[in-house]
Amino acid sequence: MLLKRKEFLQIGSLATASMMMPRFLKAFEKTTWVPAGNKVMVVLQFSGGNDGLNTVIPVRNDIYYKVRPHLGIQKDKALQLTDDAAINPALPFFKELFDEGNLGIMNNVGYPNPDRSHFRSMDIWQTASDSNQYVTTGWLGRYLDNQCSGCDKPTQALEIDDVLSLALKGNDLKGLALKDPKKLYNTSNERYFKEINATYEHGEAAADYLYKTLSETLSSADYIYQQSRRHPSLQSYPPTELGKNLKTISSLIMSDINTKVYYVSLGSFDTHVNQEIQQKRLFTELNDAVSAFVKDLKSNNRFQDVTIMTFSEFGRRVAQNASGGTDHGTANNMFFIGGGLKKKGLLNAMPDLNDLNEGDLKHTVDFKSVYATLLHNWLNANDEKILGKKYEIMDFV
Amino acid sequence: MPLTNQLKNQHLLWRAAFGPMAENVGELEQVTQKQLFLLLQKKSAKKPDALNVATNSLDGLVKGVQDLGRMQQLTQDQKKQMRRQSVEDIKNLNLAWLSEMINSEAQLREKMSLFWHGHFASRVINIYFQQQLLNVIRENALGNFGDLLREVSKSPSMLSFLNNQQNKKQHPNENFAREVMELFTMGRGNYTEKDVKEGARAFTGWGFNLKGEFVDRPFQHDNGSKTFLGKTGNFDGDDIIDIILEQKATARFITRKIYKFFVNDEVDNEKAEWLAARFHQSNYNLGQLMNDIFLSDWFYEEKNIGTRIKSPVELMVGVRRLIPMELEKPEMQLLFQRVLGQVLFYPPNVAGWPGGKNWIDSSALMFRMRLPQILTNADEFLIKPKNDDDVMMGNEGVDKRPKVNKLNVTVDWNSVVKVFIKTDKDSLMQKVNGIVLQTKSSIDPGVLKRYIDNTSREGFIKSSIIELMSTPEYQLC
Repeated sequence: MLLKRKEFLQIGSLATASMMMPRFLKAFEKTTWVPAGNKVMVVLQFSGGNDGLNTVIPVRNDIYYKVRPHLGIQKDKALQLTDDAAINPALPFFKELFDEGNLGIMNNVGYPNPDRSHFRSMDIWQTASDSNQYVTTGWLGRYLDNQCSGCDKPTQALEIDDVLSLALKGNDLKGLALKDPKKLYNTSNERYFKEINATYEHGEAAADYLYKTLSETLSSADYIYQQSRRHPSLQSYPPTELGKNLKTISSLIMSDINTKVYYVSLGSFDTHVNQEIQQKRLFTELNDAVSAFVKDLKSNNRFQDVTIMTFSEFGRRVAQNASGGTDHGTANNMFFIGGGLKKKGLLNAMPDLNDLNEGDLKHTVDFKSVYATLLHNWLNANDEKILGKKYEIMDFV
Repeated sequence: MPLTNQLKNQHLLWRAAFGPMAENVGELEQVTQKQLFLLLQKKSAKKPDALNVATNSLDGLVKGVQDLGRMQQLTQDQKKQMRRQSVEDIKNLNLAWLSEMINSEAQLREKMSLFWHGHFASRVINIYFQQQLLNVIRENALGNFGDLLREVSKSPSMLSFLNNQQNKKQHPNENFAREVMELFTMGRGNYTEKDVKEGARAFTGWGFNLKGEFVDRPFQHDNGSKTFLGKTGNFDGDDIIDIILEQKATARFITRKIYKFFVNDEVDNEKAEWLAARFHQSNYNLGQLMNDIFLSDWFYEEKNIGTRIKSPVELMVGVRRLIPMELEKPEMQLLFQRVLGQVLFYPPNVAGWPGGKNWIDSSALMFRMRLPQILTNADEFLIKPKNDDDVMMGNEGVDKRPKVNKLNVTVDWNSVVKVFIKTDKDSLMQKVNGIVLQTKSSIDPGVLKRYIDNTSREGFIKSSIIELMSTPEYQLC
């Protein structure tokens, strides 16, 4: 009965949306909805270059303590994961996740010829390009191009932000950025926009493209807002930016929205100075928000359908600098969180501090291989087409 | 929309300049395209005044440090101070140039400069380097492409951005040589990996000192014989540039890119070939190439009018040219650039801004459609752009909170209203429409009527301009 009512509501809201659509677009409209219970990926970007070595700490490595006499986190302060590894003391919930088998840690992830500019390296991570290649589409944008040709709404990938990242921009399709559903609804609910959209006839290709985007925005804004109100989260979240953003994501995951990918950022991790205080503040925000989010998913029985992936544009140098911080480095670790992980715990060896490249970690895993794995195993997508190349598929999801 | 003389002139002004101004839009019914273009050309003939915004405090810091080797003499704090000051100064350079785009009579030169700014894209946080490169570009924008290429290739901005300072005989670094060929001149498919390697060897030794001067370091230069694009000799960087300029592929690549920027995203191969051949024959005379385009009949064909998506800078500047205004906080324009994805002096990478449909996604389009209202105080600016860690340099707390801002703009509506002084009430709407929009499709008059202030003539003109600018059509030129 309930399902039927939902279906009815969907058809209802679709009908309203389609009345607002310019006539030339109506032919393309599809009525397929992705059923609930379906797998979702949350990408959590650590902007600024998070220091991986003080995130997952090699507590039995003398070199670590030698090159980080002040910044190194002592074994008794860190939270023990294994004999060799411990996690930053500001991440107690991650320790909990690790112990219950819902956290995977991949070490030494990077790419050949690493770039140390924030922007450029982020560009490389977001477009999944080689470091001497300039690509104008993002890997998740190309996922949309590939999976959703014919989809009538750009809600398959949502970024919780005012501005859309390159990662979610494809050739034909782009994800949608929203700070929160209400705000998006209010901005796009202007009658004037709706009316000019509804009366648009047909024009040059460029004008058609703009109206298609406008039309999708208006109907998606409606759709997202309606969906977000359907199952308001009962879980309490910390009043931080990430807390609010994850709460928004959770309210959408609990709905019947067709979103497969959520994208959200936290920063800035650019800790050249006074790293300890800054990283601790950000990790506390991270820890508390993720803790609420996971509890929320678990109590709604959705944790097994969600995988969170974290990444940063680069790690930091192995040695501390003279200002109580660290400078831009190379390879880094990534977290995977979820109830559906196939492998958990430390997924590979800790960084080899004996084998550095001019003071920087050497990568052993190409991040594109991580993307390929998530695309192929988790999102059931054609990784080779999306990434332009076949990368090794791993087995953590 | 019929192809009126007015529309064709506006087309020329949108492409060869930054759009019509309130002050002169009334004259566009009469002049021919040729007259108008020759006027644009004349106004851009003079060598531009160099923009100089670098703060004096930096000079003191830099003085005495002759080369990069001695840069070590600066303390960590001094280097940081220098970078922070550079970030601030680059903001001023941005606003100073933006103001030229809005107000300068040398519109053709500034528009060409914006094209070259995206073509020779460099993202270095050094005010001297950025300023020098911009001035090289503005000076040569309509001159000879060979000169421009050579000066850009010897600019500290490009040499540092593309790591040629590290390109030494013992350890060649191919980055610079590769991008010169791939992005600045011939484009992919016209050279081999071997040419990149050999070209890089020829560029060894090209570098710069801290005063921002080009230096050729003979001890770093590889004096051996190189074979490049089929020629063999003891080449240096200048020889490589000469050989690249001999290639028809270079003329073709530059012409096609200019065609895409100034005429149409869809290149007409026949036209492009004709232009490229003449460009090559003229030994890369850019002035002539632009003549060939803007004096042609095909440039004014319907398929080329109102079909190009304006870049964020073109959009902003265009609004400000048609509606004269004074901004209490001009730095807000930097936030708009960030939200819309085009911050001058911060191109995404050496390939520049991809342009076209890449400018448009849901949130960017919604913001673009609100911009005219924000700029005329009718709406608030509530959007928080993404942070740029290269610019923030670990400085937490900058731009942490979303901005809630009214712009406090003083709009000179009188100049705008004056344009329509001879227009009777019945044709007012059509006239405003014809000035604001370049597209074939237009806004439903029935809808428009409901949103237009009918209580006074002035109100009618104001509100119809704003409403027409708040549309998908206005994104096109």
